[in-house]
Amino acid sequence: MLLIPCPFCGPRPEIEFTYGGEANIARPRDPQVVDDDAWAEFLHTRTNPKGMHAERWRHLHGCGRFFKVCRDTVTDRFVAAASSALDTGA
Amino acid sequence: MTQTFRTASGGRIDRARPLAFSFDGRALTGYAGDTLASALLANGVHLVARSYKYHRPRGILAAGAEEPNALVEIDRGTGRRTPNLRATQVELHDGLVAASQNRWPSLSFDAGAVTGLLAPVLPAGFYYKTFLWPPRAWATVYEPLIRRAAGLGRPPDAPDPDRYANQYAHCDVLVIGAGPAGLAAARAAVECGARVIVCDEQAEFGGTLLAERRARIGGSNAEAWLRETLALLSAAPRTALLARTTAFGVYAQNMAGLVERVTDHLAVPDGSLPRERLWQVRAKQIVIAAGSIERPLVFPDNDRPGIMLADAARTYANRYGVRPGTRAVIAACGDTAYRAALDLRDAGVEIALIVDLRSVAEGELARAARGAGLRVVTGATVLGTQGRLRVRNVAIGLSGGTRERIAADLLCMGGGWTPSIHLYSQARGRPRYDAAIGAFVPGDPVPDQLSAGACRGVFALADVLADGARAGAEAATRAGFRTTAETYAVEDAPAMEASRANERAAISGHAFVDFQNDVTAKDLRLATREGFRSIEHVKRYTTTGMATDQGKTSNVNALGIVAQALDAAPGAVGLTTFRPPYTPVTFGALAGAARCALFDPVRTTPVHAWAEAQGAVFEDVGTWKRARFFPRPGETMDDAVARECRTVRASVGMFDASTLGKIEVVGPDAAEFLDRMYVNNVKSLAPGRCRYGVLLGESGFVVDDGIIARLSRDRFHVTTGTGNAARVLTLMEDYLQTEWPKLRVWLTSTTEQWAVIAVQGPLARQAVAPFVEGADISRAAMPHMSARSCRVCDVPARLFAVSFTGEPGFEINVPADYGLHVWQLVSKRVAELGGVAYGTEAMHVLRAEKGSSSLARKPTARLPSTTSAWIGRSAAGSRTSWASARSAVPLSPPRGARNWSA
Repeated sequence: MLLIPCPFCGPRPEIEFTYGGEANIARPRDPQVVDDDAWAEFLHTRTNPKGMHAERWRHLHGCGRFFKVCRDTVTDRFVAAASSALDTGA
Repeated sequence: MTQTFRTASGGRIDRARPLAFSFDGRALTGYAGDTLASALLANGVHLVARSYKYHRPRGILAAGAEEPNALVEIDRGTGRRTPNLRATQVELHDGLVAASQNRWPSLSFDAGAVTGLLAPVLPAGFYYKTFLWPPRAWATVYEPLIRRAAGLGRPPDAPDPDRYANQYAHCDVLVIGAGPAGLAAARAAVECGARVIVCDEQAEFGGTLLAERRARIGGSNAEAWLRETLALLSAAPRTALLARTTAFGVYAQNMAGLVERVTDHLAVPDGSLPRERLWQVRAKQIVIAAGSIERPLVFPDNDRPGIMLADAARTYANRYGVRPGTRAVIAACGDTAYRAALDLRDAGVEIALIVDLRSVAEGELARAARGAGLRVVTGATVLGTQGRLRVRNVAIGLSGGTRERIAADLLCMGGGWTPSIHLYSQARGRPRYDAAIGAFVPGDPVPDQLSAGACRGVFALADVLADGARAGAEAATRAGFRTTAETYAVEDAPAMEASRANERAAISGHAFVDFQNDVTAKDLRLATREGFRSIEHVKRYTTTGMATDQGKTSNVNALGIVAQALDAAPGAVGLTTFRPPYTPVTFGALAGAARCALFDPVRTTPVHAWAEAQGAVFEDVGTWKRARFFPRPGETMDDAVARECRTVRASVGMFDASTLGKIEVVGPDAAEFLDRMYVNNVKSLAPGRCRYGVLLGESGFVVDDGIIARLSRDRFHVTTGTGNAARVLTLMEDYLQTEWPKLRVWLTSTTEQWAVIAVQGPLARQAVAPFVEGADISRAAMPHMSARSCRVCDVPARLFAVSFTGEPGFEINVPADYGLHVWQLVSKRVAELGGVAYGTEAMHVLRAEKGSSSLARKPTARLPSTTSAWIGRSAAGSRTSWASARSAVPLSPPRGARNWSA
């Protein structure tokens, strides 16, 4: 079971979390003007790397917050965590 | 009392406590402290099993977890029959009932042994070559046939009546294995105050020290050091010592899986105890001190009862006070076998000959053996054995080419030592081949783990203790403590010359490599001749290293033979992957409490008991039980559903809609938020009104639909499909937190908080009216699609005028605890008006008749048109422009970032 670093609660076991997919997927700013290929790219294309992967998790059975974290998909080691909202100016 | 082969004294057994047990119906006795294996040997029972494929007579090979032959079935009553237990690990208790497996009609006369005669036509991979046509015969003829002929134990046939516990634990240092290395590591870690857990698969801590008669540690014997160490560890306040506890797996970020056998060793278990306990330990540091396993030698007919590993024979003599034979031949390719020979001689076993495969044997122990008058021949080899149910004599090939036949009922094999790197390998360590010991040892270190002692190829007791102390101190230091390794003065434990790899494996006859799977050296060579090169392929083709023992005694020998056949260096062939579990783990331990009703908990509504009493037929919707229809005596489902539908159309019906997902959306920006989430315009919804809402995903597919009720300017009651509540809430939270974190909105799941009673039909208003206080529900004051906060049956309620049937209707939301109370009062009134309760089946008919959609009934519902995809983009994006926060700041690991678990 992974030990996942929640930036709000600290390291917690994997069963407290839900996976949120790859992080940093840029949603087109104006969905009306992009063509279908670009939209499909946004919807479906993911990097699926062997190695460092920026991904989102939600601490569902804890603080409930979404956050981003980098995980090495080979070793399952986590190296950084940040809230998804904190690092934005939205 | 017929323990003919018990020594007069010595051993760790309690001779004051004899225990009665039975094996294949035969009444025998042993002593407290015995394993089933040692007790059988004490009674002179060597034939304990038939082999998997050829049904060859087999005896006890080892003294520990690596035992490949002596698999037995232990019967503790109904539902408590456990197959495939290693007799070497089964603790004896009074009344133990054990039986052998894979034989018929009996062990000594096994009809299946006829397959042994067919051995020449049953080579490696014969399953794949022989049973080809017709393909359909696999399922109907071949597989059942093979399964009956070849096999291990029978699975239990009754439900398991036992209880299994689950325990999470954290510690600074987890020490796996309580032999000399593990104990020295634990001492070092405990002394500086670290929180330590020590586990060992055996009943008693001590490992090889339990069979040590000669060595002295710090001036006293090994026994005294062990006592002192255990006293010290037991007294340490933050230390847990887990005996009978196998570390079966090491997982990501130092999570170790341990299984503790709590009651199997007890004649009469305390009913309050679980049978086994699964420990999930998160350790800052792990010290693996798993020891090593002795290798057999590969020569023709090396599998007869009475042929065992040299150190296992020594363990039976020293630890259990058992003479595993009367006259022994010792076959060695290393010094430890001489130690076994000397100890066996002291136990009263006649040592007929020590056969050393090496051309020179001049180590301290070899000299001691010669000095004791034991006959030693070097540069010799074992050519074969004879004896039907027990080895009777051994054929030796001497260096000059002459042969000699020696009578013996015990043949000890000392084929060198294989470090137990299972856990290191599971933790994704990369083993390295050590030519000096002819086996693999841990290579690059695994973060936050250390190997110590024999499991990393350190064998002499002095070195093992020092290595353990070093690892324990290092682990504690890494975990944040200040400590230095203790040193131990060790005497009378000579350094041993490393065993050579077992290079001269026999090429003819039944020279077994994998005893459990009946794989011979010939089979491995055949596989290489047929073109298999990868050790992983050879493993699967020949089945070497598979089944319950996972090649503990066979892997390294198999590698050596394959490498030789391929003319490659042994290290170059590679090693098959080690996977958890180290030894088999019961399903009970893994499942714990999660079985029967707790396996997948069922959700019921507050009205469930009432519906049950009415004879409702239920259906599963997600994890919920929902009343499907309410049949009256003699009615079929169609009858009942038709009656329920007619009643709703004619008068009134009531329906339990409590399973609907409910989300409370609150805050100054709640309307704005829902407006962005749903296809529909929500901002224009007036307080006190409801609107049907459709929720689309980014792909344009419908995710969910439901009712959005605006209770006030800043408070919404949103419903979702029954199986969709969690998914919708997660989707909402995702957008709220990551895309629109500035919106002041709070989301709360209220699915479980509200019971929902739908009252539908032309008489719905009449049915509900008498119970409502604080709201005018006349048609004019409360039109279709409106919502009121009021009291119903004197209970705070939210009343919605909504319909999913096409008839006028209400949904009464009351706190779940009052759900049944309100339902009962309303149902009386409904009955007076000629109405009935209806189920989900009628609900679907009613809404379908009126053309209402049921988009979210199934999570896979799709709106296939491109229009919906367009709506999705439009709904989520066009009417507002917002920064895409999820993509705003790329995240990369900081330089030099450390592992988070550190």
